[in-house]
Amino acid sequence: MRTFIGIDLGSTTTKAVLMDENRQVLGRGITNSRSNYDVAARVSKQESKIAARFTLFKNALGTGGGAELLLADLERNFRLEQFLSELNQLEETCDSYLDHERFKALKGPLREALDTIFKTITDEAPTIYAPGAERKSDFFRDIAGSRFMSLAETVGKQTDIGFDVLLNVYDKSIIDIESMVSSDEAVSMQLLNGLSRAMREVEGVDISETAAQRALESVLGLELEETYVVGTGYGRVRLPFPKEHIRSEILCHGLGAHMMFPNTRTVLDIGGQDTKGIQVDENGIVVNFQMNDRCAAGCGRYLGYIADEMNIGLHELGPIAMKANKAVRINSTCTVFAGAELRDRMALGEDRADILAGLHRSIMLRAMSIISRSGGVEDEFTFTGGVAKNEAAVKALRQLIFDNYGEKTINISDESIYTGALGGASFAHSAVN
Amino acid sequence: MSNQEITKSPSQILQKEMITRNYDRITGGEDKVCSNFVPGNLNELVMCFDFANNLPEINAIQNAMRKKSGDMITEAERNGHSEDVCTYVKADIGMMAKGNIAPNGKPFPDPDMLLLGYSGCFTFLKWFELLREQYKCPTVMLHVPYDANGKPTKNMRDYVVKQLKEDVIPMMERVSGVKFDIDRLREYLRKSAQAEEDIVWMLEQSKRKPSPIDCYFGGIYYMGPSFTAFRGTDECIDYYKMLREEIQERIDLGLCAQSLDGDMPEEKYRLVVEGPPNWTHFREFWKMFTDMGAVVVASSYTKVGGVYDYDGFRHDPENPLESLADYTLGIYSNRNLPTRVDMLARNVIEYEADGLLTNSIKSCNSFSAGQLVMMREVEKLTGKPGAFIETDLVDPRYFSAANVKNRLESYFQMIDQKRRAGGSAPAAV
Repeated sequence: MRTFIGIDLGSTTTKAVLMDENRQVLGRGITNSRSNYDVAARVSKQESKIAARFTLFKNALGTGGGAELLLADLERNFRLEQFLSELNQLEETCDSYLDHERFKALKGPLREALDTIFKTITDEAPTIYAPGAERKSDFFRDIAGSRFMSLAETVGKQTDIGFDVLLNVYDKSIIDIESMVSSDEAVSMQLLNGLSRAMREVEGVDISETAAQRALESVLGLELEETYVVGTGYGRVRLPFPKEHIRSEILCHGLGAHMMFPNTRTVLDIGGQDTKGIQVDENGIVVNFQMNDRCAAGCGRYLGYIADEMNIGLHELGPIAMKANKAVRINSTCTVFAGAELRDRMALGEDRADILAGLHRSIMLRAMSIISRSGGVEDEFTFTGGVAKNEAAVKALRQLIFDNYGEKTINISDESIYTGALGGASFAHSAVN
Repeated sequence: MSNQEITKSPSQILQKEMITRNYDRITGGEDKVCSNFVPGNLNELVMCFDFANNLPEINAIQNAMRKKSGDMITEAERNGHSEDVCTYVKADIGMMAKGNIAPNGKPFPDPDMLLLGYSGCFTFLKWFELLREQYKCPTVMLHVPYDANGKPTKNMRDYVVKQLKEDVIPMMERVSGVKFDIDRLREYLRKSAQAEEDIVWMLEQSKRKPSPIDCYFGGIYYMGPSFTAFRGTDECIDYYKMLREEIQERIDLGLCAQSLDGDMPEEKYRLVVEGPPNWTHFREFWKMFTDMGAVVVASSYTKVGGVYDYDGFRHDPENPLESLADYTLGIYSNRNLPTRVDMLARNVIEYEADGLLTNSIKSCNSFSAGQLVMMREVEKLTGKPGAFIETDLVDPRYFSAANVKNRLESYFQMIDQKRRAGGSAPAAV
């Protein structure tokens, strides 16, 4: 079948959206951008295809008979299969480094240590992907990495190899693994294995294993032809695409927001390193835009910096700020100075939550200035980008919009991170249709 | 304004010779030197007293294009000039601090007088105050009132003429030792008017499709002789005659505008540009436009020295002093915002441009104030989309190539999208 794919290469993550002939979104994929945009683009594209196969499988199963339960369990088991297969590749890659000059002398003990570590992670894997288990990240590097580090520390001590050597082997290998993109065959195998696992484990499903397997095989047999791919985002110039396949992220965000919320007239996108205020018409065509220039204060990275300064996780910022009783005024527009102001406020005994609420307000004040220069807030208003997931940022934004523009409809989609890629996919669709 | 890489046309070679000759004259030591500014400058009057005409803004531009302005600005900041001050000023102050070497490699002599006609920019006043302090030379101020109603009034004209008669001319006579001869002035003005006919012809050729010239990046070179030390001379007339023939040839051959890499293969976008260019990355900046197939068909920057193509101004030998007053009063940046909006909107319509691009200058408040509002107004009047980029005049620290390029790409794609007009219906998500 013909498919149309949009890829948004951001500074932090790379997103892909795949749609069919009827502009129906079949799948979305996301991966960390690494320092290799080419690989990130291919991985996110493969992820969007996997998601598309899930959608197609879901359609084939129809409703009833516990299809939803089966799908959820298949997804979980597929991720487990995917994890195990990547873990296996990681182990093989680690092995291949053991003959290197640097590790040759320690080859025997290293092999043993790696064996212990990988066996343990393999055994733990079903727990990591158990129903309802929480994972801090969905990226292989994060999950496998944190387990490897922790086990290597113990094993390194026990065996006298030392943590550093094990870490070194891992570092070399993970780079290789990160630049691998799973083949369609490997994905098919993981899906089929995942289905077998799911059929064994899941309860309350009336669909027979044969029927499910047949349906999945027929979905896997479908070729997802990449009819047209459009790239957008900061890394777009690095994409191995011809020029006409590249679109500005401003246009893609405008169109993507319009597709999610057709009445959108103003879009605010706050990404890792830029903030964009975009005005679109009733067709999603950009009529005006403004973005930050010369300075990236007030972007996503600002929050990252603040989180580092406070020694807390990025995702903890919003929830802490939500507990504030007031918003402490933060004057600095410069990220580094805001960090200094924050320490100063802490020293004065201000409450951490109140300070964080002030910082969220400060980032939104910058955004409001960009929006107003782009033409203000028109109804409806759509907020996109990673920062849209931060509840304290959203709260501050709602307040500022109300104060400055009155009551407006504010849209935030759960899939807002895919806005640019969605616009890109639509451009891909219209390029050939 | 040199440009080494492209094959030089006879007019470009002539212009380069003229600029070199003027620097040699300024640094030669034989003639007295009068420093003054580009906008609304009174070159014809300066010539009446045999002064060599030195223009500090042009020096700053020359230094920026030779990648020297950054160090000069740092030097000025080290001497106490704030980061936010006009970078032309700081480049000039820094140049003095670093030995005051002219672009021809010879030291600038101290000027014999400063003629401060500060049309359209209040910073000029402060700039020459600093120079006066440095050189301790006679300084005369020609106060040029702001055209708050868009057009100079008779009172304003009389006021400027009175200053010319009572302050400016007497001081110039005193410093130069040359008696003022109004017939000599008339002769220069006659020559100015003659060249101005060709200038206006040139400016209007970009109404053609494709435009044979770029009226911003290219236009800056074309306006050079008229806006600097040559208006009113025979060689200025010759330059514009030569330029006219070259442009006519381009028209006959059906060529697109010239870029740094030769003739543009095609003209995809036609723009009107508001604001000065960035000088430190002039070539890189220009190339962004030509790489994307964009030609600038009209720009406000080609009107900062004087406006010839809006209300029909020509220097008039019959009314010499009044004509000088009208010229200096009427420059683009001395006009009120509605007039600037009208000029730009007319340009967008008459030159059939795709829209207005504003290059806002970080360190130039007199140009930048109100630009966003102006852009909105022009959008309303023309129905064409505008876009806004930000750079600086001669401070290399404020040119972010990735940002500028990103905005330009977005703007051109926005124009494409508007042309296709269809847009997309919402998808089922």
